[in-house]
Amino acid sequence: MTVRDIPASESGGRPPLDLSGSRNRSVSETAIGVILFLFAAFSVVTTIGIVVILLYEAALFFQDIALPKFLFGNTWTALFQDPEFGVLPLVRGTLMTTLIALFVAVPLGLMSAIYLSEYASPRMRSYLKPSLELLAGVPTIVYGYFALTFITPQLLQPLFPGVFQPLNAASAGIAMGIMILPMMASLSEDALRGVPNSLREAAYGLGATKLETSVRVVLPAAVSGIIAAFILSMSRAVGETMIVALASGARPANGWSPVEGMQTMTGYIMQVFTGDVVYGSVQFRSLYAVGLLLFLMTLAMNILSQWVARRFRKDYQ
Amino acid sequence: MSTDTQERTSPGRSNSVIKDGGEFDTSDTIIQLRDLNIHYGSFHAVADVSLDVPRNRITAFIGPSGCGKSTVLRCINRMNDLVPSARVDGSIVYSGVEINTPKVDPVEVRRRIGMVFQKPNPFPKSIYENVAWGAKINGYRGDMDEHVERCLRQAALWDEVKDKLKESGMALSGGQQQRLCIARALATEPDVILLDEPASALDPISTLKIEELLRELEANYTIVIVTHNMQQAARVSDQTVFYSLNERRQGVLVESGTTAKIFTNPDDQRTEDYITGRFG
Repeated sequence: MTVRDIPASESGGRPPLDLSGSRNRSVSETAIGVILFLFAAFSVVTTIGIVVILLYEAALFFQDIALPKFLFGNTWTALFQDPEFGVLPLVRGTLMTTLIALFVAVPLGLMSAIYLSEYASPRMRSYLKPSLELLAGVPTIVYGYFALTFITPQLLQPLFPGVFQPLNAASAGIAMGIMILPMMASLSEDALRGVPNSLREAAYGLGATKLETSVRVVLPAAVSGIIAAFILSMSRAVGETMIVALASGARPANGWSPVEGMQTMTGYIMQVFTGDVVYGSVQFRSLYAVGLLLFLMTLAMNILSQWVARRFRKDYQ
Repeated sequence: MSTDTQERTSPGRSNSVIKDGGEFDTSDTIIQLRDLNIHYGSFHAVADVSLDVPRNRITAFIGPSGCGKSTVLRCINRMNDLVPSARVDGSIVYSGVEINTPKVDPVEVRRRIGMVFQKPNPFPKSIYENVAWGAKINGYRGDMDEHVERCLRQAALWDEVKDKLKESGMALSGGQQQRLCIARALATEPDVILLDEPASALDPISTLKIEELLRELEANYTIVIVTHNMQQAARVSDQTVFYSLNERRQGVLVESGTTAKIFTNPDDQRTEDYITGRFG
């Protein structure tokens, strides 16, 4: 059709266009909106429900055990005849295994990320990055088993004879470090690749070598993203259960020795659930107190990482 | 390090080196390009460019978009090495040394031939650190505070930033950022400064400041500037090089000569068409 097909006399007296659309369509659009909202709300409601239950049961626990005694007590004998609920040994176990994991994952993850982002050819990266991310798909129970049957007896004990006990925090920490390595590497690589190319050109243009460019320009420019990666990896390690339950044992630690077994907060929760604790007892409720503390710790870390990541975006406006 | 720094003393703005035919005296050439051909993968981007860049002069590259003027500029300090698919054939002689060869370390070349880019790209570091960084990695031994001040003064930025040297370079205005980038390039004490459309992202007043600055820097540095702005080329440069596309869509050098000659009496019809606005 061309304009010439319309007779000049008609073009003046055309009826007004009806653009109101079909009534059915507006009804179904609204219905779909409501349904999608319900699904979206589901996860929020679930989260709220979990927090409410945690808070409720923990509150019941704190009626029996004073909060300061729980937070600052240094003896955890929850399942003994005369129980004491000082959570510090469990926190210590969690901190120790997490620190060891970060000790493994941060240097390895950063170096992998710098290699992938700055040094690897596109072809190399297209092979390496997916295989690195495959590590993230290994079930954690396999890592735990790996720590128990390989890292301790085949690696640590032969290297340092007579030092490591069969169950120890070090093996669990190392396995956990390998577990969080893909996360650390992948998120750090994203942060490095997010650095505008113009900064690399600026550095090269000043006669910087590749190493100087990568380490002294690109890495500092990506530091907020890398810190966010660090915090997320840390919160993943703090919440990890299977590896520490298998490889680090069930004895709350009195000291900071990584060659001995150290029960973690998650390890304790699992131990109680797989045992025969009476429902409604103070031991049962202690789970919720420990769980609440764990939740608050990982929540704080996630908020921190989001705050850091937001600052990162601001820098490049 | 550089052996010919004593030659940096300015020859002044006398016209004695300019011969009557609108050509520069070839005895004072700092960079010679001969039969330069540049490929990106299978794409032949620039064909057979030969050019002499006179020392302590401003050379402007002009021409329509995509004619390879930036590509040629980036060859001069081996920046095209960073593009995996790029291949540069031909000869680039800098101060008598062939630099388009694997035997020459591009890092050494870039320390002598600095670069300023189209978009201001200060590091997310303090103003002071931005200037000091290049000097530091080049092993500058001297009073760094003095050096930073000297470079910022040369870049006509000192008075505006002297009270906030510890603040981020990213917090400056676009024009200030670009002058910071020039100060940063000066800090490595290069012989030659390449500028790739340095004012294209700036407002007219900032642009004017950059142009005045280039005129001051000319006494001590050789400057090559790519610009899409013909008035800018006419205002700031001593030599103008006109690039265009040939019938195979390859960038070619059409004509080079003194700016006065190119803008008033070009030899080539294509140059005249471009200058007078009939094309491009």
